[in-house]
Amino acid sequence: MNKRMIASINENMEIIITRWEELMKVGQDEKFFHFMPEQLIEKTSNEFANLMTSNIAENDIVDVRQLNEFTEKVVRFGWSIKFVNKAIDNFSKVVFELLEEKGVIDTANVRNYFTIFQNWITPLRENIIEAYALEWERTVSLQKIALQELSASLIPVFEKISVMPLVGTIDTERAKLIMENLLDGVVKQRAEVVLLDITGVPVVDTMVAHHIIQAADAVRLVGSKCMLVGIRPEIAQTIVTLGINLNDFTTTSTLQRGMQEALAMTNRSIVEVE
Amino acid sequence: MEFRSSVDIYTEWDIVAARQLGRNEAKKAGFGTVDQARITTAISELARNIYLYAGKGKIEIERFEESGLNGIAIIASDDGPGIPDARKVMEDGFSTSGGLGAGMPGVKRLMDEFKLETEVGEGTKITATKWLR
Repeated sequence: MNKRMIASINENMEIIITRWEELMKVGQDEKFFHFMPEQLIEKTSNEFANLMTSNIAENDIVDVRQLNEFTEKVVRFGWSIKFVNKAIDNFSKVVFELLEEKGVIDTANVRNYFTIFQNWITPLRENIIEAYALEWERTVSLQKIALQELSASLIPVFEKISVMPLVGTIDTERAKLIMENLLDGVVKQRAEVVLLDITGVPVVDTMVAHHIIQAADAVRLVGSKCMLVGIRPEIAQTIVTLGINLNDFTTTSTLQRGMQEALAMTNRSIVEVE
Repeated sequence: MEFRSSVDIYTEWDIVAARQLGRNEAKKAGFGTVDQARITTAISELARNIYLYAGKGKIEIERFEESGLNGIAIIASDDGPGIPDARKVMEDGFSTSGGLGAGMPGVKRLMDEFKLETEVGEGTKITATKWLR
């Protein structure tokens, strides 16, 4: 039965592709086809159709290797998952209608063909969705690692003075990392003064302030001083309005001024050489 | 004219999304940087409260553009456990989670109008408005 189906599909491949293209162009909010040059559309469509038909199993057994090949190639088209899903849907619809027209499918064997279609389409779709999901998961986890790498490093600037520049949103996970790196670094670098630079932190709410206060307290416990620098005017105003008490440690508007203070605290200053 | 958009709060990162939306809307409404920071911070507090205490909920941002009446409203709503002692949470320094306890009273001070509706076991709805002067 499958052989007859495949033969019929191959015979009418051109009609199938044309109809499929028509269907894909209708109601497409994704302007995919409109931007592609005619030749490329033809090439891609042919390739897609070939990939689709190559996965009709001879004996209802799904060829995993072929399936993966299909997925890999389709993913490489760079289509959105919605588009791919629609493409598969439309393709099976076109094929079914054509087979009905040609009399391959009739009321007597429609049930069998239903199973064949299911065995054909379902694995394709499942595999595609899985591939896309894996791709996203990979991207997210890679970005997470990348984010963690630039999360919070304590930089020794002068002897006894270290700086931790904070850039971006601080969530619970990062706050923990900041605390750990800060304490580790202070001890390792023998810093007497640490400057926490929040120039790059977009929002300082009570949670962020709370974490900063805790970090500063912890730094004090290991015998060093923590300074909060890089407080932008609008941040200063919101901190005051929120009623957050930062009286316990020195704060400055810029890293530069903080550095001058830190040098003064450690009885040093920068002088110009004549 | 009225624009309304919303962000569902499920994870900690949704707080960032809500904040971003609020900042953009505040910018569109014509607020200056200080007020933008105020609005963003208020959203951050309210969204975090949803995340911490209710688990899930949503932040809606409404932008009014009527003649002589421009402003932005943050509507934070959830179906969480509600607040048993509504007066207490508005006190500075009161927190059940070991935080600073500055969030709710802070939001009230950051914004111009503040309305808290809560029912134990039903949920909480907070509407905070800032007028453009």
